[in-house]
Amino acid sequence: MRITVNVNGVMLEAEVEPRLLLVHFIRETLGLTGTHWGCDTSNCGACTVLLDGEPVKSCTVLAVRANSHEVTTIEGLWSGTELTPVQEGFHVEHGLQCGFCTPGMIITATEFLERNPDPTEPEIREAISGNLCRCTGYENIVKAVQWAARNGSTQEVGA
Amino acid sequence: MATAQGHTLGDRMPRKEDGRFIRGKGHYVDDVRLPGMLHSAILRSPFAHARINSVDTSAALELPGVHAVITGKDLDEQGLAWMPTLAGDTQAVLATDKVRFQGQEVAFVVADDIYIAQDALELIDVDYDPLDPVVDSRKALDEGAPIIRDDKEGKEDNAIFFWDAGDKEATEGAFQEAEVTVRQEMYYPRIHPAPMETCGAVADYDISTGEITVHMTSQAPHAHRTLFAIVSGLPEHQIRIISPDIGGGFGNKVPIYPGYVCAAVASLVLGRPVKWMETRSENLMSTSFARDYHMVGELAATRDGRILGARSTILANHGAFDAHAQPGEQYPTGFFPIFTSCYDVPAAYAEATGVYTNRAPGGIAYRCSFRVTEAIYLMERTMDVLADELGMDPVELRRKNFVTKEQMPYVSVMGWEYDGGDYEGALQEALRIAGYEELLEEQKRAREEGRIMGIGISTFTEIVGAGPGKKCHIAGIEMFDAAELRIHPTGKAILKLGVKSQGQGHETTFAQIVAGELGIPAENVEVREGDTDNTPFGLGTYGSRSTPVCGAATAVVTRKVREKAKKIAAHLLEAAVDDIEYEDGRFFVKGSPDQAKTMDEVAFAAYTNVPEGEEAGLEGVTYYDPPEMTYPFGAYICVVEIDRGTGQVEVKRFIAVDDCGVRINPTIVDGQVHGGLAQGIGTALMEVIEFDEEGNHLNSSFMDYLIPTSMEVPNYELGEFVTPSTHHPLGARGVAESPTVGSPPAVVNAVVDALSPYGVRNVDMPLTPAKVWKLLREHGVEA
Repeated sequence: MRITVNVNGVMLEAEVEPRLLLVHFIRETLGLTGTHWGCDTSNCGACTVLLDGEPVKSCTVLAVRANSHEVTTIEGLWSGTELTPVQEGFHVEHGLQCGFCTPGMIITATEFLERNPDPTEPEIREAISGNLCRCTGYENIVKAVQWAARNGSTQEVGA
Repeated sequence: MATAQGHTLGDRMPRKEDGRFIRGKGHYVDDVRLPGMLHSAILRSPFAHARINSVDTSAALELPGVHAVITGKDLDEQGLAWMPTLAGDTQAVLATDKVRFQGQEVAFVVADDIYIAQDALELIDVDYDPLDPVVDSRKALDEGAPIIRDDKEGKEDNAIFFWDAGDKEATEGAFQEAEVTVRQEMYYPRIHPAPMETCGAVADYDISTGEITVHMTSQAPHAHRTLFAIVSGLPEHQIRIISPDIGGGFGNKVPIYPGYVCAAVASLVLGRPVKWMETRSENLMSTSFARDYHMVGELAATRDGRILGARSTILANHGAFDAHAQPGEQYPTGFFPIFTSCYDVPAAYAEATGVYTNRAPGGIAYRCSFRVTEAIYLMERTMDVLADELGMDPVELRRKNFVTKEQMPYVSVMGWEYDGGDYEGALQEALRIAGYEELLEEQKRAREEGRIMGIGISTFTEIVGAGPGKKCHIAGIEMFDAAELRIHPTGKAILKLGVKSQGQGHETTFAQIVAGELGIPAENVEVREGDTDNTPFGLGTYGSRSTPVCGAATAVVTRKVREKAKKIAAHLLEAAVDDIEYEDGRFFVKGSPDQAKTMDEVAFAAYTNVPEGEEAGLEGVTYYDPPEMTYPFGAYICVVEIDRGTGQVEVKRFIAVDDCGVRINPTIVDGQVHGGLAQGIGTALMEVIEFDEEGNHLNSSFMDYLIPTSMEVPNYELGEFVTPSTHHPLGARGVAESPTVGSPPAVVNAVVDALSPYGVRNVDMPLTPAKVWKLLREHGVEA
């Protein structure tokens, strides 16, 4: 099947099998390896990307579903030397260790802060509860999101 | 503190490695893409125990896009069907005679992509004769139990080892004479490290040079290269292991798994790069599990709470192959003999029986220095049972029995020499942070209101940082570690290590060690690890050994380089070497600190103006064999509340005071403690791998193997306590495993404390809502 997808602002065309998962389309077909594959059951969230601005777990979305839609991956959040406040927050607050869950966490947190720029801690914990992290124990991820909220994380991404 | 020049030892320096990870530019094994690379999938056994009559791969081989299907028979012809394990046993790479656990590797398919490889698995026809499995370790030695390892000549039972340590007679004497004795049976369930990145490899054999490069998820690349050479017979100098960024390890990436070997064999056969990356289910089903100890803890004491003797009995389930991670054959229970922990126990004895079962092989030291986790759990649970028996506050009982700081360095009755510690002080600090007296008051009020609230205490010592080489080895290689430092002409440095970070932040902390010793800002020190061609031989990162062993090597090599720098500075200052002093990156003649040479000037001179008789350059390498292990310790307090209706345990507070000696980067130390506490809370409340009576694995995905989300863990209340290690060059100890060791008993003690008014004295992990709900109803607690 031939699909056309807007990935990080660039229109891309590819011939894909109908069964190809979006995560494999992103990683294998496009070579964007910032999106990770951590489980097969939509539990871990390492593969989270934005589909038309909404976070989805790309291991349970077919690539063909992205046809004529917009996909934003971690590589699409930053440009040149500019980091987003969420990315900076993760660095400043030591919100990552092995880094494997980090892109998915950042995508989820970015979209969440667009909807809720001044969240409470319980709201943050709920927002990231679909993304598993085995290293940090979450406290510093929460702080990273709070840092981003304090330092203006309302820039437009995705849709 | 950080200066204008940059960061040094002791600073809360933001991590140097973060830049690539927050941009999605981390480089993990699954991100390796090589020209002509093929993909693979493993056919796994659906049975826990079955004889293999035949494996027919013909249909799979006909599928377009399939390049090879390798079976046990194919490997057997090359003498590769079996491989050695870390415990000196053998493990099937691909099954030949029988399958011995559900999920065992049977065939390896190589194809253009993983979709085709998975399709091909469906086309392989294996004829099995199912056999009765042994699932429960308590039945493994029953008469008539099916023999699992009939591949071993003359093997007529499922025993692996019988082991004991300590003074059996003296301990028995203590129990006979004691006024009070307690005995508690407990089970530390089988759990899994479950790092977010699963295990995998890309093997790349270059037929033109005869070299094979294996990119793999390895916590110990050098040891793995040597083992690869031994297993495959390939010359070691033509094997290169590259361990790129690792998405968490926690012990899961210490063993060599069949998938790695199969990828290497396939690349050798096909002459093309072959990638193997396991799925989450494969990770949970087949790679090394942890724990799975049935234990009995016993204490003998005086009526006023003075411990006279301690005894433990273990039944260890090692699965179908003994792939136990242990620092030498003399430690079949790892460092379990540390079980007298931070208490001054006059007589102790431990014994263990290890058995084969039809479960996945292991067990690994999951965020644990070789079974210290089980040992501390046993001790801390049994201490609370004793406190209950004596009607004594658990805090008081612990205080009464601590090894005191005046007794340091202390040699335990089990023969371990502790490198300093102040257990009473750490507990006092934890009680202060918790507000213990107010907590007890609050609990009283809560009980009056019908709320089920509990307070759990856990105090412990760890044992981390193996060697010394004379005591500890992996496959015969003594457990030293190495660091190589080179100062470039412009005063910047590169440091190469024998260990390998899996998220611990080595690129930052090790640079800070160099900064502390040589005055070069940590920003200007590049840390390299994970590539066997470009780093000195070391035993790797596990058992919290990076800082105790490789951190020490880094300090020593930096001092070595500093000595040479002094000679060059003396030459520049036209003074005698003995008259040169060093301070904060500057060299000067005693008494004249104003006329100093900076590290940059000395570095430049090392390549442009060396004194006569000296070689050019400024570099060194050190292989460090620690004189002893290090003994980090902690005092933890957990506060829980249990929902009467649902049985849900909520961790309301967790107070952790850790002493890991001198802290190189306190922010990273805090992060390590946070992560370990979350894993320990997961162990206590939700994580378990169970099997049905057929040996079917019941927790083979994250739907069924639950690890904590942000909703189940609290914010942590940490206390800092620093007692420098007596022998480490920087006074540092390891830290990352203390929280997984110390927190499970704190949580369980809190839950048992909460339920103690209803007559509950013990409950085995995990404390799931279903289990606690049942307990509440059984004890007549109304919703």
